[in-house]
Amino acid sequence: MSTRDWLLDDSPATLTQANLGRAWRMMSALMRNPLAVAGLLIILLLLATALFAPWIAPESPVGQNLQARLLPPSAEHWMGTDELGRDIFSRVVYGSRITLMIVALVAVISAPLGLIIGAVAGYFGGWVDRILMGLTDVFLSLPKLILALAFVAALGPGIENAIIAIAITAWPAYARIARAETLTFRNAEYIQAVRLVGGSHTRIITRHVLPLCTSSMIVRVTLDMAGIILTAAGLGFLGLGAQPPLPEWGAMISRGRTFILDQWWVATMPGFAIILVSLGFCFLGDGLRDVLDPKQGGEK
Amino acid sequence: MATEATMAVRAGRGVRGIGGFVVVTALTFLGLLAITFFIGRVVPIDPVLSVVGDRATQAQYDAARIAMGLDRPMVVQFFDYVWSVMQGDLGKSISTNRPVADDLLRVFPATLEMATLGIFIGVVLGVPAGVWAATRRGEWVDQVMRVFALLGYSVPAFWLGLVGLAIFYAGLGWVAGPGRLDIFYEGLVPARTNVMLIDAALAGDWDVFWNALSHLVLPASILGFFSLAFIARMTRSFMLDQLGQEFITTARVKGVPEWRVIWVHGFKPIRVPLITVIGLSYAALLEGSVMIETVFSWPGIGNYLTTALLNADMNAVLGATLVIGSVFILINKISDVLYRVLDPRSK
Repeated sequence: MSTRDWLLDDSPATLTQANLGRAWRMMSALMRNPLAVAGLLIILLLLATALFAPWIAPESPVGQNLQARLLPPSAEHWMGTDELGRDIFSRVVYGSRITLMIVALVAVISAPLGLIIGAVAGYFGGWVDRILMGLTDVFLSLPKLILALAFVAALGPGIENAIIAIAITAWPAYARIARAETLTFRNAEYIQAVRLVGGSHTRIITRHVLPLCTSSMIVRVTLDMAGIILTAAGLGFLGLGAQPPLPEWGAMISRGRTFILDQWWVATMPGFAIILVSLGFCFLGDGLRDVLDPKQGGEK
Repeated sequence: MATEATMAVRAGRGVRGIGGFVVVTALTFLGLLAITFFIGRVVPIDPVLSVVGDRATQAQYDAARIAMGLDRPMVVQFFDYVWSVMQGDLGKSISTNRPVADDLLRVFPATLEMATLGIFIGVVLGVPAGVWAATRRGEWVDQVMRVFALLGYSVPAFWLGLVGLAIFYAGLGWVAGPGRLDIFYEGLVPARTNVMLIDAALAGDWDVFWNALSHLVLPASILGFFSLAFIARMTRSFMLDQLGQEFITTARVKGVPEWRVIWVHGFKPIRVPLITVIGLSYAALLEGSVMIETVFSWPGIGNYLTTALLNADMNAVLGATLVIGSVFILINKISDVLYRVLDPRSK
């Protein structure tokens, strides 16, 4: 029996085998979608860049060299240099770490928050549901960027506050999804069974409700990543996110704004990095949606 | 008699629908107020300092603290806040030293002008593009539209603005640069509506009109691009739903010309959902204009908001947030109601 047959066995002997088999099926479905593969490659590239930044970047991201100010792109400086003579390519490479940190932290804060609020609302129903969903709807009906701006204004500029502000505006969409999912199986027989055996509410929600919400959650979080990156870059551009000399892509574009008419590369280059990474998440999210959640797939 | 009973039920449902709409909208506004109140009074470590600024003397500080009523219970403060907002009092801006409400009224038309031209571009190009992509499903047109739409989700608006300036203003010289008018045209026409194109047209000063238009066209096109991407994608998916229906096949079998099949049989039913999509993207444009206005030094509400942010002018920030949020909610709810009124199935 080959490994592949073992993975695709119709009657798996163990839970591990079943899980691995399902993961294998999803991976092969994903691999048949060229855009999803492209997205996955871009994100792997982002991860590798962030991990190996010191080896990839030819120069230090903060080291100044005032004799090499504002040089156009060349063989030595692929993306040119900025107004302090720093190599833009090196800064873009190191900037991938900041972008990755922002999206990871926002996802880690807002996805579980939304998941729990939505699951609790859907599971208990009644007044709990009405209050929690009312709150969610208010947040959903407000423009995200404006809300994030106002929060950062109150908290004070800085990368940590920017992350908190974005997370505060991101959770409601996840709460909606988690609630909708929970409602579909709240009265299912296996939930009743756990209840009969004497499982507590906490146990039912954490062990039996939340795991079933995760697949649609993963799709949604991946699709939202592009928006999160753009909001973070926007906050950086306005000077409210990462502060200099941190090589955050949005803040770099903001610095290059002064030179846009003569030294176009200073502002343009970090933008390409933002577009590439956002597109990567969009592609992967689209592909994941087709695999994990075919019922809401927009593409026919 | 049965009909009368149904009519009564229907009318009752209509009233309940409108009443429910009013209640939901009012609650949403209250929620918005709660959020801005929370941001303004609870989140900052010292709300007084965030209003008077850190250069204030102790006497000014104490006076502001009393004036803001911070010594009273939080609930009283909140209702007081709701009351003053309902009377149109948004506090005073520390940077312009004028009431925030007046400032917002002055800058809002500039944003409206840009967003309206933007949505116009988005609808005029986006709807036909979406229909075209749907009729050529899987072909190159469809693929190009798909990538184009995804770019709409991935390109930062401020970056596109800067690149647009570098190419079309500095490089090709096709459009005018940042700002609303060239400096020597400023103050030539009386500000009646504060919408520059209308003011210039009313005054009959076409030089000013063309100058204003050449300043407006680039930022509005960039805003339009984002709504175009969204509108085209939604139009495409609505259209595909329709074109797969049996009555389309019937029409084709009967020999109805293809353009008629697409634009009459196919397009007519999707007009209603499209209204919602256009409403949503119009609201999104107001949000997107914050970044674009900053890049183009466009004296609208977005620029006002970001200037206030940098000066830590909290009253102005919260006022602008409140106004943009309210317009956002209102457009959302109105397109919701329009959908229900226009869609025959909901009767």
